Amino acid sequence: MSPKPVGGPYITGTTILAALMVAIMGTLVLARFCFGLGTVTNLNDGYSWGLWLAYDVVAGTAIGCGGYAIALVVYVLNKGHYHPLVRPAILASMFGYAIGGTSVLIDISRWWNFWHILWPTYFNLNSVMIEVALCISIYTTVLILEFAPAVVEKVAGWTRQRGGNLHALTTTVEKVLDKTIFVLVALGMTLPTMHQSSLGTMLIPFGYFINPLWQTPILPALYLLTALSIGYAIVMFEATLVSDRFARPSEARILGLLSRYMAAVGALFLLVRCIDILYRGKVHYIFTSHGLGFAFLGENLLILIAIILLLSEHRRLAPRYQFIAAMCIMSGCVLYRIDSYLVAYHRAGWHYFPSAPEILITFGMIAVEVLGYILIVRHFPVLYSAKHVNAQALATE
Amino acid sequence: MGLTRRHFLRGTAVAGAACAVATVTVTEVREEKTLPPKAVGLLFDSTLCVGCKACVTACREANNTYPELNTEDKLWDVPLDLSARTLTVIKAYSEGSAENKDQENDGFAFIKKSCLHCVDPSCVSVCPVSAMTKDPVTGVVSYDPNNCIGCRYCVEACPFGVPRFEYDKTIARLRKCEMCKQRQVDGKIPACAEVCPNGATLFGSETRLRAEAERRLMLTVGERAFFPRKTVDSTDTHEKPSSRYNTKTYGLTEVGGTQVLYLAGVSFEKLGLPTLPEKSFVSTSEKIQHTLYKGMIAPAVLFSGLLFAVRRHANHNEKEKE
Amino acid sequence: MWDGVEQMAEQQNRETLTGAERALGVSRRTFLQFCAGVAATLGLPAGAEAAIARSIVARRRPAVIWLHLSECTGCTESMLISEHPAIDKLILDLVSLDYHETLFASAGYQAEAARKASMAANKGKYLLVVEGAVSVKDGGIYCKIGGRTAIEMVNECAKDAAAVIALGSCASWGGMPSAQPNPTGCVGVSEVWKGPVVNIPGCPPNPYNFLSTVVHYITYDRLPDLDNQGRPKFAYSCLIHENCERRPHFDAGRFAEEFGDAGHRAGWCLYRLGCKGPETYANCPAVLFGDAGGGCWPVGTGHPCIGCTEKGVGFAKPIHALAELKFVTPPAFYPRIVEEQGKGVSVASAAVLAGGAGIAVGASVAMAKNLGKGSKPEQKQEGKPSKKPEDTAENSPDCTE
Repeated sequence: MSPKPVGGPYITGTTILAALMVAIMGTLVLARFCFGLGTVTNLNDGYSWGLWLAYDVVAGTAIGCGGYAIALVVYVLNKGHYHPLVRPAILASMFGYAIGGTSVLIDISRWWNFWHILWPTYFNLNSVMIEVALCISIYTTVLILEFAPAVVEKVAGWTRQRGGNLHALTTTVEKVLDKTIFVLVALGMTLPTMHQSSLGTMLIPFGYFINPLWQTPILPALYLLTALSIGYAIVMFEATLVSDRFARPSEARILGLLSRYMAAVGALFLLVRCIDILYRGKVHYIFTSHGLGFAFLGENLLILIAIILLLSEHRRLAPRYQFIAAMCIMSGCVLYRIDSYLVAYHRAGWHYFPSAPEILITFGMIAVEVLGYILIVRHFPVLYSAKHVNAQALATE
Repeated sequence: MGLTRRHFLRGTAVAGAACAVATVTVTEVREEKTLPPKAVGLLFDSTLCVGCKACVTACREANNTYPELNTEDKLWDVPLDLSARTLTVIKAYSEGSAENKDQENDGFAFIKKSCLHCVDPSCVSVCPVSAMTKDPVTGVVSYDPNNCIGCRYCVEACPFGVPRFEYDKTIARLRKCEMCKQRQVDGKIPACAEVCPNGATLFGSETRLRAEAERRLMLTVGERAFFPRKTVDSTDTHEKPSSRYNTKTYGLTEVGGTQVLYLAGVSFEKLGLPTLPEKSFVSTSEKIQHTLYKGMIAPAVLFSGLLFAVRRHANHNEKEKE
Repeated sequence: MWDGVEQMAEQQNRETLTGAERALGVSRRTFLQFCAGVAATLGLPAGAEAAIARSIVARRRPAVIWLHLSECTGCTESMLISEHPAIDKLILDLVSLDYHETLFASAGYQAEAARKASMAANKGKYLLVVEGAVSVKDGGIYCKIGGRTAIEMVNECAKDAAAVIALGSCASWGGMPSAQPNPTGCVGVSEVWKGPVVNIPGCPPNPYNFLSTVVHYITYDRLPDLDNQGRPKFAYSCLIHENCERRPHFDAGRFAEEFGDAGHRAGWCLYRLGCKGPETYANCPAVLFGDAGGGCWPVGTGHPCIGCTEKGVGFAKPIHALAELKFVTPPAFYPRIVEEQGKGVSVASAAVLAGGAGIAVGASVAMAKNLGKGSKPEQKQEGKPSKKPEDTAENSPDCTE
């Protein structure tokens, strides 16, 4: 049993719309490079990190943690029946991180010096950001290499027909990848553990600028938990979406099993966060933070709703509730990340709201992922047949 | 499937190793930052400042920055705040009728805003590519645009909101006060201290400045005292009755201490100088990073453990597939 | 109120001017210039010079008793050497100067007798001008005129005066003789005489400050508006710092550091040399001195203002001590401690965000509804995506927008 390209038309209403968004984004990005950040964004010295960093990078890379989350379950907990979910998760992760990396390149203002991040003589090892930047750069490469087998398989199918040296080469590549993939997989779990938690540590130097409901020394732990939550959620979301939009059989059985991990990690996050707030004695800030208290409650409520929904087995197996729960977890955790980086950050007298071009560029980034995912899934062997997937699930019961 | 004994033991081994590593490294506290041996700084005394803004003009000249024309007729240089074009600015506090100098109620006062050249600078700690550095001898915090990637972490992290960025330029850089280090190299003093007519801004060695601040805090209100101009040890002094000061100097302990100190008659919070803890925020983030990643031991242990697990389980899966 | 003057009084004006010409022996133009100058100094609206002209010609000249106490006569001298055409003549013909020790030809008993006679004849209607401080120590023995102490003179003359004008810093608050240690106990007139006193401080004051006060009194039968120190507001309501021509140098931070240095020669601000402009109320930069054109005042000539009008500043603070800032004066271009900066939400950005969020939420809800409609059967044929136009659920892998 192996994955197959989905096939079908590349030009649909969705892909046209996505391509249009990407085109708009491209124009605006060009404007950004020609005329400077100030012309395209509302970034200022009070809010120097805006929508692109808070959403595209911080939340977006968490959305790219699907591969990490699945790999943990498959390769560490040794639940092989989730294996069919790995490749599509890696694809989504690859896009998530590629987009995050591209957004960083667009956001940093002296982008021609970007290679300094990778050149050891420049490193300041005290900085959290150097670790995050290095990890993300390496991890994006790892993801691309982890996805390579899907591409190579397709190429191998094509070269098999032609035979000869090309086919021999492709076969060799396939064999090498096969033998070494476990290193990439292990790296692909080490690196996110490091940098997803460090994304939380990055907030600690901001000290009193961040509302006490979000600022805490255990930010790395909370960020790691949200990364995993979102990781499971994105796998569930994407699987449900694909089954529906591509008119494929539902993979609800296996997703139902997976949803328990999502609920567990989400519950752990809520528990750790609550204990932390109580321990630091900051509960009253919920009521004194001029509306930020609502954001705090909203984040937690969304995650709680998902957990409650998934308590019943019947709902765990229903595609509708799987989708809703996944959306809730994603919204809650993404909201948590955006809030901690942007909404709960305050400098006296300063205001910021992303400008229309800024928002359009973010939408364009999302469109890149949508477009790319659709095209790749149609053309390359990524998805297993649902029959196989559900058979795997049934085998465990 | 379920959890076999082998899996359990392996998991425990990995976890145990990680904890051991963590325990070893967590005892390594991040070293405390102290004043460099020949630390220089500035002392700003708000009670002496009359808001003439000579320092703002002199700073522009010394650092080649351009005026900020913020009025409707675009005729006046009126920076609203520090910016990529303004490295120091005089801000006015006023309350009520604003008739009494250095009084909090119905009074007014002036404050000079610029880089405080912290002893434990947040900007230096967070910059990934060492574009912000602290001189190991004089303690002056400088910016090197050649290293900078423009990530603006320093802008976000500075507790005083000092580094500012050029958002309106295509080729952009950061700007902040660097204590006129280009003038100090020539044996001159920072331009703001050079031109201040009252000695509200004084330059000198950090130890001498701290002693001078102490001296002023000991004066009684109305006591006629001599105040030096330009440098703390200058003989060019003027006599003036002492004003009422706050009970402490600002900058001695805030986030580990700063090399630019403040004296004022209005509470520092009202002048825009925030109340800050003694421990800098970056000391916490650095401690976490050092604990988790010292020698890359913990990541290496995690990686090896995962490598082992993946290898085993990948083999299982291969066998199952066939 | 002044309109009627211009319309119907053309004839009247001509008569007035003819009258002035004849009575005062000056040309019409000179006379009008004088009246306009006085009106301007007083800050009166256009047309006032005509009213002044009429009253000067029509009114009976009031008697003036002019006392000299502990003074240097500088105030009188400054008025006498004014170059305004025949101003001394104008003053002497404007008022009836019935007692003035400097200008009198007579002396001794004759002078005193003239004074007493004038005071008796003009009881309640004469103006008392006091030049010089009142010495109060030891009963006032340190200043005696004709055997009478200054205190007695002031009390006697002020009793029946219509108005008391203290001319110069000495009479206003003690002036130079009152400088530490003030051995003779010199104080201002208002410390001795508790009735209303107009103070016109300065050392010397600009003669027009005094002259305009007198003409105002003659024209309108009352004194000009006074501040809480009894000084006419038209001359003493602004700090020198507010009108100084070197103020732009102060604002730009250009200070002369020594007499004769490059900055001093370039005319830079003298604050650093001790100029008391920031704490001294007077109109010196506006009216200047000596009728000799621009720059004819201490700062204009390159010497810092010593604050001669201001009690506690002039003759009290060292000349080169730095002035204290009385209050923040324009240009008040100081940024506040916290300024509102940065762009908030705009119509465009809100619309874009709302649009995207709307699409995402809408699509998710639609999707969730769809999913509930039973599970889809296994399909052998894969890859037939639906082509619904609202097929935009895939645009939003997250739903935070």
